[in-house]
Amino acid sequence: MKKEYETITEISGPLVFAEIDEPVGYDEIVEIDTGDGDVRRGQVLESTSDYVAIQVFEGTTGIDRNSSVRFLGETMKMKLTEDLLGRVLSGSGDPIDGGPEIEPDERRDIVGKAINPYSREYPEEFIQTGVSGIDGMNTLVRGQKLPIFSASGLPHNDLALQIARQASVPEEEEGDDDEGSEFAVIFGAMGITQEEANEFMDDFERTGALERSVVFMNLADDPAVERTLTPRLALTTAEYLAFDKGYHVLVILTDMTNYCEALREIGAAREEVPGRRGYPGYMYTDLAQLYERAGRIEGREGSVTQIPILTMPGDDDTHPIPDLTGYITEGQIYIDRDLNSQGIEPPINVLPSLSRLMDDGIGEGLTRADHADVKDQIFAAYAEGEDLRDLVNIVGREALSDLDNKYLDFADRFETEFVDQGIDTDRSIDETLELGWDLLSMLPKDALNRIDEDLIEEHYREDETQEVTAD
Amino acid sequence: MSQATESDVREDGVIDSVSGPVVTATGLDARMNDVVYVGSEGLMGEVIEIEGDITTIQVYEETSDVSPGEPVEGTGSPLSVDLGPGMLDAIYDGVQRPLDVLEEKMGSPYLDRGVDAPGIDLEKTWEFEPEVEAGDEVSSGDIVGTVPETPSIDHKVMVPPDSEGGEVVAAESGNFTVEEPVVELDTGEEIKMRQEWPVRQQRPSEEKQTPTTPLISGQRVLDGLFPIAKGGTAAIPGPFGSGKTVTQHQLAKWADADIVVYVGCGERGNEMTEVIEDFPELEDPTTGNALMDRTCLIANTSNMPVAARESCVYTGITIAEYFRDMGYDVALMADSTSRWAEAMREISSRLEEMPGEEGYPAYLAARLSEFYERAGYFQNINGSEGSVSVIGAVSPPGGDFSEPVTQNTLRIVKTFWALDADLAERRHFPSINWNESYSLYRDQLDPWFVENVRDDWPEKRQWGIDTLDEEAELQEIVQLVGKDALPEDQQLTLEVARYLREAWLQQNAFHPTDTYCEPEKTYRVLDAIKTYNDEAFDALDAGVPVEELTDLETVPRLNRIGVQEEYNEYIDELEADIESEIQELY
Ligand SMILES: Nc1ncnc2c1ncn2[C@@H]1O[C@H](COP(=O)(O)OP(=O)(O)O)[C@@H](O)[C@H]1O
Ligand SMILES: [Mg+2]
Repeated sequence: MKKEYETITEISGPLVFAEIDEPVGYDEIVEIDTGDGDVRRGQVLESTSDYVAIQVFEGTTGIDRNSSVRFLGETMKMKLTEDLLGRVLSGSGDPIDGGPEIEPDERRDIVGKAINPYSREYPEEFIQTGVSGIDGMNTLVRGQKLPIFSASGLPHNDLALQIARQASVPEEEEGDDDEGSEFAVIFGAMGITQEEANEFMDDFERTGALERSVVFMNLADDPAVERTLTPRLALTTAEYLAFDKGYHVLVILTDMTNYCEALREIGAAREEVPGRRGYPGYMYTDLAQLYERAGRIEGREGSVTQIPILTMPGDDDTHPIPDLTGYITEGQIYIDRDLNSQGIEPPINVLPSLSRLMDDGIGEGLTRADHADVKDQIFAAYAEGEDLRDLVNIVGREALSDLDNKYLDFADRFETEFVDQGIDTDRSIDETLELGWDLLSMLPKDALNRIDEDLIEEHYREDETQEVTAD
Repeated sequence: MSQATESDVREDGVIDSVSGPVVTATGLDARMNDVVYVGSEGLMGEVIEIEGDITTIQVYEETSDVSPGEPVEGTGSPLSVDLGPGMLDAIYDGVQRPLDVLEEKMGSPYLDRGVDAPGIDLEKTWEFEPEVEAGDEVSSGDIVGTVPETPSIDHKVMVPPDSEGGEVVAAESGNFTVEEPVVELDTGEEIKMRQEWPVRQQRPSEEKQTPTTPLISGQRVLDGLFPIAKGGTAAIPGPFGSGKTVTQHQLAKWADADIVVYVGCGERGNEMTEVIEDFPELEDPTTGNALMDRTCLIANTSNMPVAARESCVYTGITIAEYFRDMGYDVALMADSTSRWAEAMREISSRLEEMPGEEGYPAYLAARLSEFYERAGYFQNINGSEGSVSVIGAVSPPGGDFSEPVTQNTLRIVKTFWALDADLAERRHFPSINWNESYSLYRDQLDPWFVENVRDDWPEKRQWGIDTLDEEAELQEIVQLVGKDALPEDQQLTLEVARYLREAWLQQNAFHPTDTYCEPEKTYRVLDAIKTYNDEAFDALDAGVPVEELTDLETVPRLNRIGVQEEYNEYIDELEADIESEIQELY
């Protein structure tokens, strides 16, 4: 252990500056003792030969110039063991479930090293979430990072929980070893309310998911700066379970907006030149260092799939937090306020949503041969119907052609039958695609120009009067 | 990256401060842009500022745990790349370290620090065939022999541009490593297959010429409406999810360049993995060999060190220029140049430089134009002709094109492919907005299309543009009153324009046939739609009601031409069917 100093010169927001006379490593962990037995942890943000700037995770309240500063000579580590499954930890990784101390097999740096792009394996295993708006239109695959773009007051948590409950990889379900298809869930909460946290915990407990989960809790009244640690601890654990222990891991991080606010706070305290809307110029790089920790690695069993949740300030997707996220992640799922007020459950707006890894994860042998064409056609038809809605408000339905009226009906039924399914319904991919065909058969055959003619012959419902059955 | 060779002995220094990728050192005697090794682990860095005794260094690797007091060692040479056989079919990080070699050396799928590796294999031997013999005079840039580097590409071994040249005294064919001499000159100079070149310096050329040949992309909307020239520049700006990367990948796959240098700058790891997995399987449409045989990949993904993101575009363009010097047409894609600009901004802000617009350094515009200036159709110093085409993706925050990187790029490049979030949302791909985009090469490339595709290429294209323009105007009226309120001829125009959008402009990158469309096919799709247009308007004039002309049995087949491999037969038949169906109406 290194020298202890009582040399604090300045305390400003989450930062503490101290003089030193022996070199200290960049990013090194620091303990600050306030004198009354209270020890705060922090990290070196800038290191020079005569002073250091320290970012304090647990808040600077109570620290004064007489507090002592101890440098631990190492960077922040996560204690890792398979026994973490079933545990609830604080936002800085300490147990808060009353259980035993963690007996680590290994301690690992929480700032993960970048995966060599040459060592990655391209993700292409379909995950069935049982949600048609995702499986049919914006398919998730193992090892993908697919955030939920939501806003305050919307049911993003319900969707995340539905995914966590239902997600499975179909082919493995057939095998007798049922555990293979289940995901280990890592839940990283950053600045969410106790009530939201309970929602997750109750669901995990009710469904028995807690046993295969590791929970990291930083709540709204926990220190903000700690939020910069929480996702790193969570992802370090995820990588360990996935790439060392062979688990397929689903990481839910919520709310990334609170994480970014913490970054902004630190940036402001350091008097950095701010980027757009006051967020640090390096926020893209910082977020990438989290999101890029999803994936698959050549020759390793497991995978890390990420579902970060963020609430868009002012419902604005050009805000830096959703914007930079969308530039890094492999698509996004939009939760829509209008659909929500219409009672659509889950209120997914498929049009701006996207899964960039879909194309390689669907099709014959993966989902179904008609999947890609059906998806393309539904997108085109729904977009057409959406456009016509504006027009119909002005000119009325009578002024529209027969075909246009069909598109309008299509858009309505798409929302109320395909997207709306309720939070407890688990649809198989077959059910989702058949439902798609039911709806597409409302349109004349030659309007289905995105679908291969043979597939139309195979699936098109000739009997147009047939009633559509949603569950 | 090139391993420093002729370092003139200079003083080493010690670290004074560390803040992310920026480290300062004292007591170091180094020149601007020299490569240095930082700390006890020897992390690679580059000198970016010298002020009195304080030298500022950007470090190309993670700096966690590095402390003041650790040593900094100078190399005396600027950041350079290794040039020679072995660059094709390779994948590098931003400072030309081969990622496959790193994986092996580190024994881990994670990138460790302090491991270096030469850009080209120094031990591998190549079969050298001289093109000169004793007694020949050679000067700088001259080709002295060839090496079959891949089934697609003969690597030309050249006298380095900074060599004087001289009279050849020996040139032997045989198998050599890149460091063994293959040609000896009377000056005592030994020419080897390997050269070095500093990345921030343009390689010399004789002169830049006006480009007159298109870089055929196999994408209808590009070749048909907004072509780029061999040696030209293009920008693809667009918000996330609008199709920048897919368009760049399409160009890397199908463009008729001899060599492709693909720079993944600060973007997703999986997108590079996709290239590594797909390209060896795909066929180069010109040679029939594996695409990887003509491709050099540079991958500095978003989670890799920021400083190397700044350098990766220079590493890429220097490699591109080197192949240009051999007389090849090289296409370089950079996805995304915004990440490079942001890396500049990040480093600049750590240096506490005075920020310009949106926090970017004041020299942003200058750096961008210096970079795009390295594109062009050149006469090389050895007399051959070669080109470097540069296609840069731009990622504007919030999709707003008024931001500095987009604006400064548009002032330089001559082709603008504007991606449109609205089109992407409705899955109209490629979502290139045909009203906003432009190509300033169109006129100078027309003679090529006239000669190599069809005489009336420019006229047909103009008809397509006019129809789409008219549609845009009519759509505004339709939004107010509905389609049925329009006169019949305008309703018909809307129908024709719809086919232009759906059958011609749209193209599915993921369909095995539609993904590539040769210029002849691009022409024929357009021409087939025009056939419908002409027949239908004749019928309308003869009194056939528009409802009948927009509800024909045969016409929807236009939308299926893209996926036809034997498109000529298909179109011949379709045109005949359309003609007879319409003519039966009156
Ligand atoms: N030409 C195309 N054909 C089919 N799909 C496309 C095409 N271009 C883009 N896409 C779709 O759009 C998605 C986003 O495209 P991408 O190039 O990754 O966007 P960006 O790089 O602008 O964020 C892709 O994953 C793909 O599904
Ligand atoms: Mg992209």
